Parts: sequence; C-alpha cells; structure tokens
Amino acid sequence: MSRQLSSNPTGILIEGVDLAYGAIPVLSDVNLDIRPGEFFAFLGPSGCGKTTLLRLIAGFNQARRGRVLIGGTDVSGLPPWKRDVGMVFQSYALWPHMSVARNVAFGLEERRLPRDEIAARVDEALDLVGLKHLKDRKPSQLSGGQQQRVALARTVAVRPKVLLLDEPLSNLDAKMRVQVRRELKDLQRDLKLTTIFVTHDQEEANTVCDRIAVMAEGIVQQVGAPMDLYDRPGNLFVAGFLGSANIVAPLEISDGRATLPGGSRLEAPGTGEGGRLMFRPQNARLAAPGDSLSTGRIRLPGRVVHREFLGAMVRYGVRVEETECLVDVPHLGGEPAFEVGAPASVDVDRGRVLWLGA
Amino acid sequence: MSDLAHSGPVVARTRPQIGVWAITLLVGLFLAAFLVVPVVSVLIAAFQPKGGGGFTLVNFADFFANDLFRRSLWNSLYVGLMTVLVSSLLALPLAYFTTRFDFRGAVLVQTLGVIPLIMPPFAGAVAMQLLFGRNGTINLLLDDAFGFKIPFMEGLNGVIFVESVHYFPFILINLSVALRNIDRAMEEAAQNLGSSGFRLFRRIVFPLAMPGYVAGASLVFIKVFDDLATPLLLNVKDMLAPQAYLRITSVGLADPMGYVISVVLIIASLGAMYLSTLSLRDKDYATVQRGGGGLIRRPMGRATAVMAYGTIGLVLVLVLAPHLGLFLLSIATIWSFAPLPDAYTLAHYGKVFSDSGQYVTNTLLYAGLAALIDVVIGTAIAYLVLKAKTPGAKLLDYGATAALAVPGVVLGIGFLRTYFGVTLPSGKSLAAFWGMIVLALAIRRLPYALRACTAALQQISTALEEAAQNLGATRARTIRRVVLPLMTGGIAAGFVTSFATAAVELSATMMLVQANADAPLAYGLYVFMQSPAGRGPGAALGIIAVIIVGLCTYLSNRIVERDQTGKSGAP
Repeated sequence: MSRQLSSNPTGILIEGVDLAYGAIPVLSDVNLDIRPGEFFAFLGPSGCGKTTLLRLIAGFNQARRGRVLIGGTDVSGLPPWKRDVGMVFQSYALWPHMSVARNVAFGLEERRLPRDEIAARVDEALDLVGLKHLKDRKPSQLSGGQQQRVALARTVAVRPKVLLLDEPLSNLDAKMRVQVRRELKDLQRDLKLTTIFVTHDQEEANTVCDRIAVMAEGIVQQVGAPMDLYDRPGNLFVAGFLGSANIVAPLEISDGRATLPGGSRLEAPGTGEGGRLMFRPQNARLAAPGDSLSTGRIRLPGRVVHREFLGAMVRYGVRVEETECLVDVPHLGGEPAFEVGAPASVDVDRGRVLWLGA
Repeated sequence: MSDLAHSGPVVARTRPQIGVWAITLLVGLFLAAFLVVPVVSVLIAAFQPKGGGGFTLVNFADFFANDLFRRSLWNSLYVGLMTVLVSSLLALPLAYFTTRFDFRGAVLVQTLGVIPLIMPPFAGAVAMQLLFGRNGTINLLLDDAFGFKIPFMEGLNGVIFVESVHYFPFILINLSVALRNIDRAMEEAAQNLGSSGFRLFRRIVFPLAMPGYVAGASLVFIKVFDDLATPLLLNVKDMLAPQAYLRITSVGLADPMGYVISVVLIIASLGAMYLSTLSLRDKDYATVQRGGGGLIRRPMGRATAVMAYGTIGLVLVLVLAPHLGLFLLSIATIWSFAPLPDAYTLAHYGKVFSDSGQYVTNTLLYAGLAALIDVVIGTAIAYLVLKAKTPGAKLLDYGATAALAVPGVVLGIGFLRTYFGVTLPSGKSLAAFWGMIVLALAIRRLPYALRACTAALQQISTALEEAAQNLGATRARTIRRVVLPLMTGGIAAGFVTSFATAAVELSATMMLVQANADAPLAYGLYVFMQSPAGRGPGAALGIIAVIIVGLCTYLSNRIVERDQTGKSGAP
C-alpha cells in the first residue's frame, strides 16, 4: 500500500541564500545539502529563520540571492503551485468548507487526474494515516491529532517530491506529541520521502531526524547527526541550545596552555583569546575539598549554591568564581552527600572537555 | 439595579436572587408589551375577518386577488434582489482590491464604507433626482453632448439606484471582514497542492468568504424591503411597505390589508435571515482557522492599479453624489432643469432654525431616550445571559434579537393597533403620545445595543469578578465596581450607535407621528421633501441630520478605539 505512494527520493540543495524582509535580514548565506530520502530538521529558537527557509523551499518566499535546487533542478523561479513539494502547515490549514475526503482529493483534482484514480488515492492516503472511516467528516468535527493526520494525508496523496513539516507537533498535547512523532518517523521510512522538519524543540529533532541544521539569527550554525552535534558542538550557541552546557572562561591563555579558575592548567590547542571551556553536566563529578584528584582530570573548586532532586539524578549548581557549573550525580539511593553552602569542587576528565570559540 | 445592592453576599451562582429575578421580569414585561403584543396583534388581525372574531385566510386570498398588491409584492422582491445585485457589483471589487493588494487606496475604501451610512437613504433620494433624474445634471449634460439620456431614476430604477448607493457598505464591510479573517495558510496550502489563480479563488477563497457575503446581502435585502420613505419620495407607490403605510393611513386601522402586508413583510425578512443562517450552518470556520491574517498580499501592478483607482473613483463619486446634491440643494435658490442651481443662499438654514427647530430637538430627545433604554436593557440582558445565567435569560436574548426580523412598518402598525384604543387622562390616545415613538425606536435599535453590550461583557473574564467576590464584594457591588467600569466603552459605543441610527429612522416613526409638533427630524425631512418649495429647507434639515449622525459615528469609533488601546495592556 505505502509502496505505491513512495517514489524515487529527491535531494534538496540550497546554495548561498540571502533573504530579507524589507531592510531586516532574515537569512544570510545559507548553504545546505539535504540528501535523497533523508529526514532532516531545521532546529532553532523562534525568529531564527527556520520557517522562512522552509517557506522559501515551498515557494512562499523569495530569496534576494542564491538558489534552491530540488532533484538537481533550480526551482527559484517557479511559483508554489508548480514546485511539487508537499507542505504540512503548522495550523494544518484544512479547508473548513470541505469534508476530509474533499480536502485530500483537492491536490489530485488540481492535477486533473481521472475520477476513479482520485478516489483510489484518497482512500490510500487516508488508510495510511488510519482515518479512512472519518472521510465524510468536516475538519471541525476532528480532534487536533486527527486534523494533523488529515493534513499529512492531503499532502502525501499528491506524491510530492519532498515533504515539508512546519512545527507539526506544536498544536498537540504532550502525550500525542510522542505518539505522532513516532508515526511520522515510521511513515517517512516507509515512503522513503525526503522530509524537512521545522522545530524549536531539540528533543523532537533528536528523536525523529537523521541530521539537523541548527540555526540562529538567520545563519546555519552547524549541520550534523543529533549525537555528533551534542558531543561535538561547533560553537557556544550550539552547545547551549542542545542540552545543558557548562561554559567556563579561563583566567589566561598563552602559548596553547590555559589557566583555569582554581589553578588547573590545561592544553588549549589552537584556542585564542575569548576561547571558552565546555563540558556537559553528566561528565563532571563532585568532590569534597579533601578528596584526591584522579590523574587525567582538572579541578574547579567552588561552593554548592543549589540542589535539585530529579529522581534518577541530583543536579547540583556549583559556583566557581564568576560562573555557575551544573553537575549531574546519578542517584543510586541514600542521602545526598553535599548540602547547599558546602564547599565542593567540580572534577572533569580532560578528554571530556571542548574548547569553543565565542 | 440599586435593589441588588442590598441583596447580601453571593452564595452560589446557581441560586439567583430576588433582584435578578425582578430584573428578568421587568425586561420580560418590557419586551412583551412593546414587541411581542404589538407584533402578535398584527398577526392575529391578518387572520381575522374584518370586524374581528374567528380565523380566516380570506384576507390573504383578497391580497393575492388584488392586482395592485400582487404587483407591489413582485416589485418589492425585484427591487430587493436588484439592490443586492447592484450593491454587490459596487462592493465586490472594492473588497477584493483592499484585501488582496498592498494598496494605499485602502483607507479611501474604508471611508467609503461609512459615508453612505451617515445619511438616511430617502434624504438622498431627492438630491439624486436632481443629479441623475430625467432632467437632472447628468442627463442634461449627456443630452447636450450626445443627444441621449439614461433612465437612472425612472420608476423602480430610481429606488434600486438610491438604495444600492446607500446600502452597499453592508456588503463591503461584511465581505471585507470575512476575507480578512481567512487564515493565510488556507490559500498557501492550496497553492502548495498545485492550485492557483481563479481556480484557487473559486474553490477556496470564495467559499470561505461566502458566509460574510450572504450576511451582508441579506441585511441589504431586509433593509430595502422595509424601506417605505425612499419609494414614496420617488413617487413609487406600488411596493409593499408604502402600500402598508398608505392602507393604514388612508383606509384606516380596521382594514385587514395593512396587516396582511405586514405578515408578508415579516415572512420576507425572516426568509432572508434564514437564508443567512443557512449559509453559516456547520461552518464554524473560526474554530478551524487559527492564523487569520487574510489573503496573501501582492504588490499592485500598473494595470491593476489603474483599474483599482478607476473603480474607487467611480464608486466614490456615486457615494458622494447624494451628499453633494443635498448640500447644493440646501444652499440653492432655484434648481430646476439646470445642471447646477441658479444662485445660492443660506435662507433655508435660517428657515429651519426659526420655524422647525422642534424637529431637531425632538430628534435629540427621542433618539437619546431610546438609546438610553437600549443600553440599560442591553446591559441587563447581557448580564443575565452571560453571568447570572438566570433561567429564561436566553429567552429575553432571543426576544430582543427577534426585533431584527420585525420591519419598522409592522412595529408601527402593531403599536397603533395595540395602543390606539387606550386613552390617556388628557383624553388623547396613548398611541398619539410622543413617548410611543421613543419606545418604538428603542425596540428597533435594541438588537444592536444588545450585541455591543454582550461583546463588551464577554471580554470580561469571570476571574476578575471572582477576585472581587473573593475580596469581599457582593455580587451587586462587583457589578458596580468591576463589571460596569470595564463595560463602559462597549456601552458607550452601543449608546452612540443606537442614537445615530435612531436619529434617522423613519419606517416605524412615520406610522406613529400624529402631530407635527411631536415629529422628529426624519419625519420633518420627509414632509418638507413632499413639496417643491420645501425642498430647500428639507435639504438643510438633511444636512443637519448628516452632521449629527456623522459626529456620532466618529465619536463611537473614537470610543471603541480608546477603549481598546486602554485595555490592550491587560492580559
């Protein structure tokens, strides 16, 4: 069934795109190579330009410079209705004056397909999202999750070259969100459809997508697989946006060696003035002042300023000079060892720290 | 409302108190006495043989056997539908241009939407006759230049023309709002699926805007069907509303034909309203569309711009024509068989102020009192329905809103039939008492005031009231210290709207005015316009009416704006 809907996957190439709304720059020099069949995410805070970029691919925005290629063809000059890219809108945009079946049939009717083929493909698409029994309902009679599936069925029914999802989970409640994101992933794998997923939620992007482009202020900050981005962020923004990050400013850097608060010295190859040390809370340990320092670790002495019990772990906040570091200690049972106000130091493996530029 | 102030603390919302019951009862009695009883008495009279008693359809058979009535019915339907058509032709391009394009003329169009409404249509009728009539400005110029004339104002054409120019804003406003409320993603989704151009418009935009269009169109139809002064001033007598008036005033209250025509008028306006709700059924579009934002805006090309400004210019000229004509007439010595008046004078204004000042003062008094009654009752009903949730409150709401379906002529006839026999201590009939005009105006405008009050109250979150009660305020004190102050803007807007529209209402008033000394401005205008010599002073009176209504409209817009900006800081 779903085999029929799938087609040869198509890649998307975005080359040197600049885009502005009047005098306000929204996208600057965006270059992306989205591979055929890939599930790709644009991830970033609101206002970073991710939806603008998606709408550029769909043809709803015009770039000032650069071009968009779909399957090797430059589509920059094509209006939205000639691009054959499927888009699921954040608000779903189901037409309230049409039934579910009429909504799904719309794109097929615009393509002037024969009547019986339209009927067959409407059934097929609704089957795919499990809503065939609701085909005669009006959109207003459906729940949010059902509306979302109809919007998806309406889009895949036309067998688009690529699928664009604009914050598809944002209008669903937390439980539905987890369910729908699994369904989306399964569907995408079955259809082998190149898909772009716009979201501001790193968890959604991490769980669903093969690769992510992290965006901020109209610039693509870094592209990579979720785990790579988390482990090897390219800059401070990516480090902070994907999970919690401890950022420590060194007291001094000279000749490739840095002096840290508390006196630890550390190799800092290729790091200039303004370089920062980054490590994840789960890679640090908390030590009492008397504890000996294991080899291969650096020590940042400080004082516990807060403590949160999160069930599986305890998250400590430790003030080291001017910065506050987070340390996650697995909770294995028993009482926590450090009280708020107690002196404590943050110990980190030298191999688990990264030097990042500003 | 003051008896509520001592009614003690609120125990539970589900247990209404004596004060609330008393208000429900009073409002109910008011509606019964001045809306239900008059209308029902008209209905009964239509189904009774002449002289009363029993049930008969013979009156309706008489109605349809009569050539004049059949023609009147047909003419009223024809004029109503043609006016909807012509109004649509005026409104559609304007609505499209302003919602589709980045368009600097949009402000102009918004003004266009208000100008016609600040003048009663019949006031413009005579002026239109002078500009577009057989020997009016346009036709004299046409005849001179090309040797032919266009029958703009001949017979029913005149009524259609005058009413269209006057009422097209109802369609323009409703349609523009509907277009502006369409979620932009609705159109983009269609484009994304391969649709564009006219197909997209026909399949997506038009159906989504349809409810707004139908609402406007049915309003125009109802207004035109009910208007009796415009046809009479244009000397068209074979339409239904004028016939009802003429039967009652010439043959008398005992004649059943006036009542039969009333029933036909009610059926027609109910039919139009039903059609409008039918188009809205199952179409709670607002719940599905989240974004709003209207159509995708495009910059305007040169050719489109020329077309857009051309259309707007043409409509603007048409819309301003009655006002301009009326103004010229009000300062003209003689204006006949000439493109422009022979000479100018201010004497007409002098005459109006020296001889006919009572028209203006009566209008201010009547419209002011009617608007006051409207906001008091409107606030009471809104509160009963939304907050106190008294059983029966919904019924009051429906009752007050039902006044929309009652043509002014019918209400006037109902008042006459119900209260003519009641004699005041002075020996005069109650129906001849000027207070009756006030009450009829109040009933006619109540639905508008009620809607304004309901909207104002709906915006006040229950939590604000609960907070006051939690801090020790009784229900009555909560109303006075929290609810009413927050409603002020909405109430004021309701008052001004009611006042402005009541000031130029004529359909019901014409039935009820018994003495010139009691007559309001609209009636005086009508009387003046009957004779050629009265046209100058009549036009002056019309200009005064335009100024009053224009000021009120401006004021109400200002109040609403200030109210909104004042509250925008609150969550």
